[in-house]
Amino acid sequence: MATKFTAKPDELSKLDYKPPKKGWMDNPVEFKENTFCWGAKGKNLKIIDFPNARDWSPAEEDWKLPENWQEIVLEGIKERLSKYRSLRLFMDICVRCGACADKCHFFIGSGDPKNMPVLRAELLRSIYRRYFTASGKMLGKIAGARELTIDVLKELWYYYYQCTECRRCSVFCPYGIDQAEITMMGRELLNLLGLNIDWIAGPVANCYMKGNHLGLEPHTIKNGIEFFLDDIETVTGIKIKPTFNRKGAEILFVTPSGDLFADPGTYTCMGYLMLFHELGLDYTWSTYASEGGNFGFFTSNEMAKRLNAKIYAEAKRLGVKWIIGGECGHMWRVVHQYMDTWNGPADFLEEPVSPITGTKFENAKSTKMVHIAEFTADLIKNGKLKLDPSRNDHLKVTWHDSCNTARGMGILEEPRYVLRNVCNHFYEMPEETIRERTFCCGSGTGLNASENMELRMRGGFARANAVKYVRDRYGVNMLANICAIDRATLKALMEYWAPDVQVAGLHELVANALVMKGEKERTQDLRLEPLPGKEAKE
Amino acid sequence: MRILFSFFAVIALALIAYAGVKIANLQFLFGVVIPYIAIAIFILGFIYRVLKWGSSPVPFRIPTTCGQQESLSWIKQNKIENPSSASGVVIRMALEVLLFRSLFRNLKTQLKEGKLVYGEAKWLWLAGLAFHWSFLIIFVRHFRFFLQNTPSFIKTIEGLDSFLQVGVPLLYMTDIVLLGAVTYLFLRRVFIPQVNYISLAADYFPLFLILGIASSGVVMRYFYKVHIVGVKELAMGLVTLSPVIPQGVGVMFYIHLFLICTLLAYFPLSKLMHMGGVFLSPTRNMANNSRRARHINPWNYPVHIHTYEEYENDFREKMKKAGIPVEKE
Repeated sequence: MATKFTAKPDELSKLDYKPPKKGWMDNPVEFKENTFCWGAKGKNLKIIDFPNARDWSPAEEDWKLPENWQEIVLEGIKERLSKYRSLRLFMDICVRCGACADKCHFFIGSGDPKNMPVLRAELLRSIYRRYFTASGKMLGKIAGARELTIDVLKELWYYYYQCTECRRCSVFCPYGIDQAEITMMGRELLNLLGLNIDWIAGPVANCYMKGNHLGLEPHTIKNGIEFFLDDIETVTGIKIKPTFNRKGAEILFVTPSGDLFADPGTYTCMGYLMLFHELGLDYTWSTYASEGGNFGFFTSNEMAKRLNAKIYAEAKRLGVKWIIGGECGHMWRVVHQYMDTWNGPADFLEEPVSPITGTKFENAKSTKMVHIAEFTADLIKNGKLKLDPSRNDHLKVTWHDSCNTARGMGILEEPRYVLRNVCNHFYEMPEETIRERTFCCGSGTGLNASENMELRMRGGFARANAVKYVRDRYGVNMLANICAIDRATLKALMEYWAPDVQVAGLHELVANALVMKGEKERTQDLRLEPLPGKEAKE
Repeated sequence: MRILFSFFAVIALALIAYAGVKIANLQFLFGVVIPYIAIAIFILGFIYRVLKWGSSPVPFRIPTTCGQQESLSWIKQNKIENPSSASGVVIRMALEVLLFRSLFRNLKTQLKEGKLVYGEAKWLWLAGLAFHWSFLIIFVRHFRFFLQNTPSFIKTIEGLDSFLQVGVPLLYMTDIVLLGAVTYLFLRRVFIPQVNYISLAADYFPLFLILGIASSGVVMRYFYKVHIVGVKELAMGLVTLSPVIPQGVGVMFYIHLFLICTLLAYFPLSKLMHMGGVFLSPTRNMANNSRRARHINPWNYPVHIHTYEEYENDFREKMKKAGIPVEKE
């Protein structure tokens, strides 16, 4: 197996953006250690009935491909060209102006020219031209066309698992060409050959069978949450009793399973529990639809739909009126832009109305799923929460817009409004690195595997650089966000590039500030760390 | 190699026109037959390409949102960069098509002593805008050749375009701007390493072609004059479908015309189709209202899912033990 990633930040940030002398078509792919993930295991692909399931390793010469792999890929391209206007258009209209080139966090952090979105797209375009356009068939290389060889396939694999579908390139493209869309298609094609990565295939199989990526079984979910309840009681003196799979609840709550599992996501989860308890919300958790995230989305449209279907199915079975979704990035891209189209119409649900404020969430009246930041912002605006932001005074917070919620939805002000109400020290990162121009954590789309650490640190370099800037300038020590993958990966990123900055979900900070009925005087935050000024009284 | 190939391809095209007219006397071929063929290829090819795009559906509503979404009434939505209505989309598209909004966002990312800095980078936007607009104005100016009486709006455009009142004949600013902008677009492809790295012959060829068209036009107008009355006769003949070849129209005109014909015929086969494609881009031309109104995917099909029933069968005992309600005891 690979040697452990040990390169120091100083080494990694020595970057040369000059492309090599040799043209990119003549420069075959080189698989560098710590910059790719392990191949999907056969058993995981079998669970979801995917073709060509087998164990294989990207580092090995022989990928154990089916004999007719070329035909499969070309047929796959043909099918997708006829199903997605985006693909056909994005294959045809790029003028290679290069505006996207230095917008990709992987290019910025690696200097590898094939990480320029335009070139990442050309990897597939060159195949498209060779087999699907007259000029490519006739003129070959001079028209930018090339044969689909095994090396080309490997190159496609390597670089399409070096794209986090963050869409930053698409913001700057004069035609809106979206590499995320192209990467999604590319990964679908690779999946036809069983060429997924196991860090995606494993969670997908888990989610399919057990309802969540982590493979938590129903009793484990309940136990896990009960564990949080003990901590909440320690901090607040309040006993909370959430319900699971309860029929007739008004609201179903769905959040990424990452929130149930590891710090600091677990603190965010405690935040949800405390908020809903304080409101007396009539809601239920589900162990069947226990995953808001969707690694199927990093696999294929069909797989994403298969996993997502559980949310509506469960809402229907339980007879809830509407759904609240927790803090997650790609989950919200899926919920916002895909769910209703795939698995709707959700005509068995009602248009969401906040039972606390009476606010109608008109913007979600078809999908019937409301983002928790929208829900909480409305509560605060209507004065329904008693908040003591000084409990977060030990934190100097900056806000990381997650790619999917920023560029595939546009939920920018809601979390900021909440943040300003729950903490007193909030500093924005430079404007070129937030909102629609925000930088990816570098580990999205299922690339957050440990064997991929160098790539992750490179990919997150631009994000971390902006955090470091506010850390050095304002003393920022907390990076807040609404994304489970961020919470899972930014911690490692900060330790590497910007030490002393911790990571938190929005609702952890909300719950810290939330003054609950009947609570004891708080001396600790949700991390069971002493609140400043309160230590003495202990 | 990519550059030289494209350069010499354009030179060769010019020589073909020169030889064809000057040596072989094929005025009718170059003045009538080829223009008709080129226009036919352009129109039919353009329509074919657009229909081809149109034949693929837009299964999902995937706008790239570049501002605050529509949500709670008191949160100010960015109605243009993140439109939720048709009118917002129209404005967004108009800004994109007419003013190259997205390109205007361009930044230059630089690494200085381990720190990333983001500088302004508006030259590409400016050159792109200058190029496209001057091309359009020049194109419109040429209508005087195809209309018996020059309409007043063309005269107005000509007047504005030559308001500097320099030279005889009066210098058109757009001629200079076009040549300057195309030259810039070419030079950045050569000298910016990343742009150079991604450039194909198909990127240089249209630049040289347009440079050839513009220079032959400029040469004709200002230096090596052609028989302008003859040119108009030929143009009128083409549009009235009664083609004539007047005597004594200079060869430079035929070179100009042949390069234009090449551009027209090449257009539908090439990246130049971005002209049509930009209107169809689903990340720009869709409203971000997918939670408010259901978007329909015409090929949406049923999929296998692991049902709740199957799930409960897998875990019933564990669920019961944990006190989680089940459907079947």
